[in-house]
Amino acid sequence: MAIDGASIAGVGWTRYSRNSGASVEELAVEAVRAAADDAGLDVQEIDGLVTYGLCDTAYSGVVGTSLGLGELNYFSDHTAGGNVACAVVTEAAMAVATGRAKHVAVYRALNGASGIRYGGGAWSQMMATTSLFSDAEPQFLDTCGLTMPAQHFAMLARRHMIKYGTDHRDFAAVAMTCRNHAALNERAQMREPLTLDRYEASPWIADPFRVLDCCLQTDGACALIVTSDERARDLRKPPVRFRAGASSGHAARGVMWTNFAEDHSTCYAARIADRLFAEAGIGREDVDFAELYDCFTYSVLVQLEDFGFVPKGEAGAFFRDGQAALGGRLPVNTHGGLLSEGYIHGLNSVTEAVIQLRGEAGARQVEGAGFGLVCAGGAANSGSALILGAA
Amino acid sequence: MEMLPGQPLPVPTVLTQPFWDGCREHRLSLQRCLGCRRFRFYPTAACPHCASPDSRWEEVSGQGTVYSWIVARKTYDPYWRNRVPYVCAIVELREQEGLFMPGLLVDVDPSEVRAEMPVEVVFEDVSETVSLPRWRPRGAAAGRSG
Repeated sequence: MAIDGASIAGVGWTRYSRNSGASVEELAVEAVRAAADDAGLDVQEIDGLVTYGLCDTAYSGVVGTSLGLGELNYFSDHTAGGNVACAVVTEAAMAVATGRAKHVAVYRALNGASGIRYGGGAWSQMMATTSLFSDAEPQFLDTCGLTMPAQHFAMLARRHMIKYGTDHRDFAAVAMTCRNHAALNERAQMREPLTLDRYEASPWIADPFRVLDCCLQTDGACALIVTSDERARDLRKPPVRFRAGASSGHAARGVMWTNFAEDHSTCYAARIADRLFAEAGIGREDVDFAELYDCFTYSVLVQLEDFGFVPKGEAGAFFRDGQAALGGRLPVNTHGGLLSEGYIHGLNSVTEAVIQLRGEAGARQVEGAGFGLVCAGGAANSGSALILGAA
Repeated sequence: MEMLPGQPLPVPTVLTQPFWDGCREHRLSLQRCLGCRRFRFYPTAACPHCASPDSRWEEVSGQGTVYSWIVARKTYDPYWRNRVPYVCAIVELREQEGLFMPGLLVDVDPSEVRAEMPVEVVFEDVSETVSLPRWRPRGAAAGRSG
C-alpha cells in the first residue's frame, strides 16, 4: 500500500574526507543540524531519529542527547548494511504518515577511512559478533579466506561474467561514468578524470575487482528531514515527495553470503522492481535519473538490469555507450556515487536525488528532473529502493 | 602439521558441531532435510526450502564444480594477508543443483581456474582437533598448498 503524504524537507552534510578529525557522534550531530537548517526547521523540533550501521554509526540515543531533543516520539537503530539505505527513508515516511512523529531525521555517520575499515581484522571480529550473520556463517567464511565485502561481490561479478560475458571494460565504464559526474560535484573526493588505462593499471584487490572497482572508504555524515507534505510546504525548501519505497529481505538467504540464492548473477531488485513502479504509478521511461548503489562497480550493472531498464547482460554496453552519463538516456550516479563522491553507506545517494529534484545540482543538474530512482544493495539477498518526485 | 600464526579456526555452535566433527574424520557431511530430502549448507535450524525442522547429517561425495571464483590479491585480514594470492570459489556440489559451499581452492594456479571445473574436497589438518575442508582440481597431485 502506498504511503501518502510524506516529503523530504531538508538535507545536510559534513565535509567528506579521509580523516575527519572528529568523532562519529560529532559528525552525526553536524549533519542533522545542517539538514534542519536547510529545511528552515529548529533542530529541537525533530522528534524522530532513524539510523543504521555496522556498529560504526552514532545511534539515536547518543545523537538525540547531543542535539538536546529530549523525548523522541520515534527512533530506530538498525544494525545493517547499505542494503537498508533506502528502507530507512521509507520507515521515516511511514512514521510521519501514521502520525508517530512529525519531523524525522534520517542520518548516517561514520569514520570509514580513519576509523573502522570494512574488511579489516577489527571489522571481521565485529561482524562475527553481531546478530547480522546466522551463528553459522562466519566460521565458514573466515576459515576459507573470505573476509571482506570486495571478495563477496567479486564472486557475484564473476558469475555475471560467466553467464553473460561481462568483462572488465564494463566495470571500468561504470567507474569512469561516476568519475566524470564527480568532477562536477564539489563534495566529491575523487574528481580527476579516469581513463581505461588508469583503471587497468590500478592494483588488484580480489580479481575480477581492482581498487577502482571499490567504493571510497570515507569519513563523514549526511542527513535528511522527513515530514508531512503539508508541513514541508511551510518550510524553506521545495519539498521532495516520497512516491514509493520497497524493500526485499529474502528469507532463507544469508546476509553477506548469499548461499541459498538460485542465481548469483541476479539481485534483489528483480523481486521489488514491479511493485516499486506500481506504487509510484509511473513507468521506467518516466525516471529521469537513477542513483544505483555502487559499493562496487558491478552492483550498478546488475541493478540497472534487474530494475528492468535494460535486458540481462546489456548494462555494460549501456554504460560504454554513454547512456548512463549526464545527457544520456538515464543518467546514473549523478554525484559520482560511492565510488567517487564517497561511501556514506548509500544515504548520500538519497541526498543527491533530493538535490536533483530541487533543481539545485548546478553543473551536474539533470534538466527537468521530475522522478528519481534511488536504490541500495547489489547482492541476491536484500536491498531497498525509493522513487522520489519533484514538488 | 604446523599451525600458521593466527589461522582463523572455526568456533562451532551446537548447530554446526556435527559438520566440524565430520571434517575431523575427513568426511564432508551436510544436513539433509527429512521432509523434502534436500541437502543444505550452511547449517540452519530448519529447512530453507520446506521449513521442516527435522534433518540428519549425511556424508556427501565431496565432489563438485566451480560455480564462481575470485583471486584474493590484497586483504586486510591479519592472517589471510600473508597468503595472497589465493583462490576462493563457490563450489556447487554434485548431490543437488544449487547446493553451494564457499571454499579455498588449493593445488591450483589461479590463472587455470575455470567455470565448471571439477573439484574435490581435501582436508587440511590445522591442529590436533581441527581439520578444514579445502578444494582441489579433481585428480590434482596433492602436496602443494594454495
